[in-house]
Amino acid sequence: MAQNGWRGFVVRAWRLYWAVAAGGFRRYATYRVATAAGVFTNTVFGLILAYTYIALWDERPGLGGYDQAQAVTYVWVGQGLLAVVAVMGGGFEDELIERIRTGDIAIDLYRPADLQAWWLAADAGRAAFQLLGRGVVPMVFGGLVFQLALPADAGTWLAFLVAVALGVLVSYAIRYLVALAAFWFMDGAGVQQLAVLAGLFFSGMTLPLNVFPGALGELARVLPWSALIQAPADVLLGERTGLALLRTYAFQAAWAVGLLALGRLVQSAATRRVVVQGG
Amino acid sequence: MREKTGSGGGTGSGSGTGSGPGPDNGFGSAPTYASRLVDGLRAYRLIAWMWIRSTMAYRASFAMTLFGNFAGTVLDFVAILLMFSRVDQLGGYSLGEVAFLYGLSTAAFGVADLTLGSMDRLGQRVRDGTLDTLLVRPAPVLAQVAADRFALRRLGRITQGLLVLGYALAVVDIDWTPAKVLLMPVMVVSGAAIFSSVFVAGGAFQFVAQDASQVQNSFTYGGTTLLQYPPTVFAKDLVRGVTFVLPLAFVNWLPALYVLGLPYPLDLPQWTAFLPPLVALACCGLSGLAWRAGLRSYRSTGS
Repeated sequence: MAQNGWRGFVVRAWRLYWAVAAGGFRRYATYRVATAAGVFTNTVFGLILAYTYIALWDERPGLGGYDQAQAVTYVWVGQGLLAVVAVMGGGFEDELIERIRTGDIAIDLYRPADLQAWWLAADAGRAAFQLLGRGVVPMVFGGLVFQLALPADAGTWLAFLVAVALGVLVSYAIRYLVALAAFWFMDGAGVQQLAVLAGLFFSGMTLPLNVFPGALGELARVLPWSALIQAPADVLLGERTGLALLRTYAFQAAWAVGLLALGRLVQSAATRRVVVQGG
Repeated sequence: MREKTGSGGGTGSGSGTGSGPGPDNGFGSAPTYASRLVDGLRAYRLIAWMWIRSTMAYRASFAMTLFGNFAGTVLDFVAILLMFSRVDQLGGYSLGEVAFLYGLSTAAFGVADLTLGSMDRLGQRVRDGTLDTLLVRPAPVLAQVAADRFALRRLGRITQGLLVLGYALAVVDIDWTPAKVLLMPVMVVSGAAIFSSVFVAGGAFQFVAQDASQVQNSFTYGGTTLLQYPPTVFAKDLVRGVTFVLPLAFVNWLPALYVLGLPYPLDLPQWTAFLPPLVALACCGLSGLAWRAGLRSYRSTGS
């Protein structure tokens, strides 16, 4: 009897969050012009970065363990993933911050759905759409203009997709914390901006982290942001296979679990604040 | 937030009463271009001042975003420093020479971004219909859109650009002549005007493609990123494109290479280094025409 109830709960929860995720996917799929414009921007920046990386690797072949084709591929992977792992923000967190600021969050907390899981499902739907809508075209363009080092076997691509999914999870966990900061700051713009900066720099978006020198490089490689771009890119470039691949997954998963748990902790502290304000 | 824009408009009635009781508010008896310009600048000043006061209501947040704006561009330059921690030259240019290009591009772009950086919100206004509010006010629409959410934090980027430029001037050995000294401020002002016209043209484009503010970003932010690196890094066709089609090369590449005494990758005569003011004027004229065409094509949502 109790077991049955538990199963029913899981099935209902699965249906609910699946519907939320599908909604997230469809919602972003609606904005076709914006998607095309985003693809255009990614392509322009990819072009600029690719040329600077070519100049850099001309000067120092084998820099950071990449050959030139790998370095250029890295650029296009980064441009393809930029929107997927939301390095620049702009996902659910704008909306969540707005709801916290206006107080609508109180209604959300009454809903029979978990706040963190709800937004995670919505963000997963968004990421899935942006992987298709904004990831593929820049990659294809890069492949037409430059010589890329893309894997030929399906296994590496599959391993890459797993790393991307874990990257999205870490990215979500970070942005959830950023959004919750609005409970204390009310105006979330400052925190959001700092988070974007850290993301751009430490994800490997501006420069691959294995090119960072010395202690800065070591630090950058263990921070959570390296799970967003650097880790999936390394998997696709064939730099992580076998045991190293498992270690990469474990690294990403550990950050995801740790940051999501921290998010829960902050959430419970924050909701107590809501009660104080409301009372 | 949209709420806030509305109430901002209320306070902005200062700009309405400010434009004077005379009939020459853009309607009435044929206004001269000069009077429209004065009107526009006056409206811009009033709206911008209102936004500055509104920002200053949250001082901690302002300090944070100002720092963020500064730090964001610093990180940009840190990436270049990191590159140079591994190499001595990039495309045949030393760190000081790249810093020279970087500082000029960032300063010029920073000025344009400060004055017109809000233009990318125009598409949003077209979509939600709030542009209609601006159309009925007795002040030029361009001035109102440009001054909307005027963000003083963007001083961070200009400051950072000038600091890098100062560093470059200290380490690069330049054979100064009066012409080169004169070219420096001319470059920053014309460069800012060229970037400004890109912002305005981008705004005009948003009348047509409302969701496409990202396209504008790829020309503005993408443009300044491109100009931060030496032209020798890029493919010839790309360099030709930003010289002859979208003349970003006149922001810093051509005049800066003249100052540095370095050759331009395309075979151009030396006097082209002194063209930036003319190019800037032409760009402003063209983007002004594009803006008028865009504004005329505007059909309200009707809601």
